[in-house]
Amino acid sequence: MGVNNEAWGSRMGLILAMAGNAVGLGNFLRFPVQAVQNGGGAFIIPYLICFLLMGIPLLWIEWSTGRFGGQKGDHSTPFIVQGMDPKRQFWKYIGVFGIFTNIAVAAYYCYIESWTLAWVYHSLIGTFSGMDQAAVGQFFSDYMVVNQTTTGIPYENVFFYIICLALNTWILSRGLSGGVEIAAKIAMPLLILFGIFLAIQGVSLTAGDKGALFDGTVGLGFLWEPQFDSLTNPSVWLAAAGQIFFTLSVGMGTIQCYASYLRKNRDVALNAMTAGWMNEFVEVVLGASILIPICVGYFGVDKVVELVNSGGGFGLAFQSLPFLFQNWGDILGMLAGVSFFGLLFFAGITSSLAMGTPWMGFMQDEFGWKREYAALSFGCIILVLGLPTVFFYNYGVFGEYDYWAGTVSLVVFAMIESILFAWVWGIDKGWEELNRGAEMKVPKIYKYILKYITPALLLFVFIGSLFSPVGGEWATAFSSLISGHGWTFDQGSLIGTITNDALKMQIAAAHGAGDLVTADNLQTRMSFINGARLLLLITFMSIVGLVYIAYRKRQREGRFS
Amino acid sequence: MSTASLVMMLTTVITVTVVTAYFLIRVLIAPKETDDES
Repeated sequence: MGVNNEAWGSRMGLILAMAGNAVGLGNFLRFPVQAVQNGGGAFIIPYLICFLLMGIPLLWIEWSTGRFGGQKGDHSTPFIVQGMDPKRQFWKYIGVFGIFTNIAVAAYYCYIESWTLAWVYHSLIGTFSGMDQAAVGQFFSDYMVVNQTTTGIPYENVFFYIICLALNTWILSRGLSGGVEIAAKIAMPLLILFGIFLAIQGVSLTAGDKGALFDGTVGLGFLWEPQFDSLTNPSVWLAAAGQIFFTLSVGMGTIQCYASYLRKNRDVALNAMTAGWMNEFVEVVLGASILIPICVGYFGVDKVVELVNSGGGFGLAFQSLPFLFQNWGDILGMLAGVSFFGLLFFAGITSSLAMGTPWMGFMQDEFGWKREYAALSFGCIILVLGLPTVFFYNYGVFGEYDYWAGTVSLVVFAMIESILFAWVWGIDKGWEELNRGAEMKVPKIYKYILKYITPALLLFVFIGSLFSPVGGEWATAFSSLISGHGWTFDQGSLIGTITNDALKMQIAAAHGAGDLVTADNLQTRMSFINGARLLLLITFMSIVGLVYIAYRKRQREGRFS
Repeated sequence: MSTASLVMMLTTVITVTVVTAYFLIRVLIAPKETDDES
């Protein structure tokens, strides 16, 4: 057995750490944009249905299986899931997803986290003062170029990235109760405080005051205006299900890792609900009241739609808000900038810390590594894997990590773990595990939801992203299939992405137009994208190798799952 | 802001806030867990 004797210091610390794991940048930047693009207020209907039928069951599955694994000394998914079906030895390799996803996501997520830190710094020193919107946009573009500097700090984006990574590594090296829990207890209340301050500012924006063109309520009205006809579009349901994944951090292996440090009869049912709903509060109540109301207040609905379609929530936040905050005066503008990007930083760091724990738990359990070494090794791996996203951001490396690790892996692992829980381990055993020590009565209907609905929904999400038709037009695609005209994959579908459809079309178009320079650039981009995929594959296979070595070590030591 | 937007927003915000507060209060008032299991 390793030297892993970590434990949570308090129940509230665990809940805040779990909520912090779930609350991320997506709560403030992704959710409002998804709502605007997928039916406005009507989006909340599939969103909440997916939360009830997929999000909560997955939370319960992950909390229960994590606590189950922890009783046997397993604190990462390879041997947690293996322990649920000891006869079939392949499960531990499926569990590799629960380490791989965290490492790969942390690699690029820490980069975004470092932007927030940099933007806090620039808000404080007044870098954005006097800049118009184009200049703020240009500042963002310049920041992404490694050898450019916006403040005289050489390699500024690398500098902030390393600071961010070092901070994560240091907190992780202090352990669960001494590091992660303390960080969550500081960051979460501050995040909610900053969120409330900004939401009040956003909603109370008045046309004609502080340079605003419209009231903040215009933006709220725009975001919440229900377009009920969107509910018949499967793409809207897929977007809602996808948002639930991102926001709850399910399918990553972090929840199992955190829960594995719980004692056998400690509650998981009520804790999971509390952490899950806390995340929903931050996302639906605070997340919807900041970005869109402020941006609509200054730009109007049409311009915001244009900005959202071109740069998404991240574009709005990093390229527009610093300009808008200037209208609030020197002090309030600076406070708003520090609050907003500070809020994003706290949301980011509580998530990235969680991403470090599965790797650390694995190395401590299987190879007896000290916590400090495990944390340092995590920091080094993230540095090596993350620097390509910093250096080659403009070549699509960042997006590739996000797609494969932050999107596909989550769905695949969540789908498999829900089937493992309900059908392989057995729903009766799973139900008993969930209810042991429960401080709330779990509605009986959830036994059936866990067994039938959740796996079916996850299968729907997976197949939906695999075979997504062109333009997300499912009805047209089915008609075309039935009439013998085949199925045209969307360029953004899983299959379309694997085959680089969009890039190939752009290259062909550039060749057709005789624009060889663009064609060459796109070809280079494709090489970087394929390189990023290879790097991710090597990472995954390396973890598979480590799991195999750990398994052989367990055999030699007479330890079996 | 239209009535439909207002209804949609208030219903959602109130529901989410109340449910979150309910679970949080349950945790806060729960008796302190003891380490009697092993």
